[in-house]
Amino acid sequence: MMKVIRDYIKSLFLLELIRGLALTGRYMFKKKFTVQYPEEKAPISPRFRGLHAQRRYASGEERCIACKLCEATCPALAITIEAEPRADGSRRTTRYDIDLFKCIFCGYCQESCPVDAIVETRVYEYHFENRQDAIITKEKLLALGDKYEQQLAADIAAQAKYR
Amino acid sequence: MDSLMSLWAWLGENLIALQILIKIVIIVAPLMLCVAYFTYAERKLIGYMQIRIGPNRVGPKGWLQPIADAVKLMFKEIIIPSGANKTLFLIAPMLTLGPALAAWAVFPFGDGLVLSDINAGLLYLIALTSVGVYGVIISGWASNSKYSFLGAMRSAAQIVSYEIAMGFALVGVLVAAGSLNLGEIVNAQKGDGGLFNWFWLPLLPLFLIYFISGVAETNRAPFDVAEGESEIVAGFHVEYSGMPFAVFFLGEYANMILISALTTLLFLGGWLSPFAGWPVLGPLFDWVPGMVWLFLKTAFVGFFFLWLRATFPRYRYDQIMRLGWKVFIPITIVWIMAVGLAVVYEMPWWFD
Repeated sequence: MMKVIRDYIKSLFLLELIRGLALTGRYMFKKKFTVQYPEEKAPISPRFRGLHAQRRYASGEERCIACKLCEATCPALAITIEAEPRADGSRRTTRYDIDLFKCIFCGYCQESCPVDAIVETRVYEYHFENRQDAIITKEKLLALGDKYEQQLAADIAAQAKYR
Repeated sequence: MDSLMSLWAWLGENLIALQILIKIVIIVAPLMLCVAYFTYAERKLIGYMQIRIGPNRVGPKGWLQPIADAVKLMFKEIIIPSGANKTLFLIAPMLTLGPALAAWAVFPFGDGLVLSDINAGLLYLIALTSVGVYGVIISGWASNSKYSFLGAMRSAAQIVSYEIAMGFALVGVLVAAGSLNLGEIVNAQKGDGGLFNWFWLPLLPLFLIYFISGVAETNRAPFDVAEGESEIVAGFHVEYSGMPFAVFFLGEYANMILISALTTLLFLGGWLSPFAGWPVLGPLFDWVPGMVWLFLKTAFVGFFFLWLRATFPRYRYDQIMRLGWKVFIPITIVWIMAVGLAVVYEMPWWFD
């Protein structure tokens, strides 16, 4: 009986509605979380999985040995590799394409690579103007690797102890 | 100044149509500006309540955002569905906006500052705010789409229910003020107590019910079942695009401003200063023109419209009906009787 009366008083005087309004009223004065994107950028983890790149050894020799583990593990079948022995007898790729339309940026290629050749950079701002540009070839991957080598080496070193 | 006044008199005698047109523009142009910036205020405020900052890219602090929106909508294609009734389809948005603008004809902006000072002002307002519903119903029917039709049906049932509670709340004001003339209703709230002399205090339940019914009447959250994005896409205006949609949009916001302004007029003392008759503050704020008070109070009530929208989830349909029929109408009837008794026995402070 008392509960019924209490409930009536509660709803007649809009007590719970006023509590709701007070909540949003409080939030109105809170500090805003918005990141003003082109001017400000959210912090990025060393594990961030962005655009791909292929790395080289300090000698300038490319790391990839055409083991095709990345091709085998890729869940989206985005990687296409063709390999032949080079003139000096070492095993190298003649073709290494990643189709960015298929790629889901899972990072399995980077995980599977025994020589840390294929990696994912922190780059997430890129675009294509033709459909064929979405397939990044071996030359483009190596060029990207050369461009971001310092950042990539630092990120891999930061991650090494967790692997 | 004299020559202007004589020109105005000359216009009234010879070119009365032009004089009327000028009067209309003087009221409608600032109103449209208010509507535009009300949408901006809504987006900003709701953003702030959701810990975002809202639109801030178009112009400094986003001030040009409503203008950019208007320009965009004006240049968009007007698509008329092949199964639609073309005439009604295009009349419907005008029927929503028209009454929301026409209602301002009897609205007093200050003591005697009113376009047409008719004694049945309140009746005129009740009539016009009801006409606005036809825009929604006709658009739902003329679109020949099931979502539109469902939205229109919901809106019709909802507004019929809340019109009654709203009307009863107004009856309370009539009894208290003893007049249908809006200017006299405001003057009846004059007194030495400042804001405590206004009708919101003796008519507190009616004030709340009028405001909540007004929210329901304008199909705003939490009573926006007529739009109900999650269930029926956009309700009555699914099929609209371009300018007809913009006119619907303007109508909705103009109606919100109208309801806020009417709440101000009927319960919050219109253009009266809230400090009138107070010892120190009263004379201190005497220089503030009445229109500023009116604007501030309207903005305050309008803020509540946005605050409600940012806070509450949509009512379930049967809950809306329950609230309208089983809560609001009984409370208003009881309170009208209470107000009647208070007026007959001249209760001190407000009715003596």
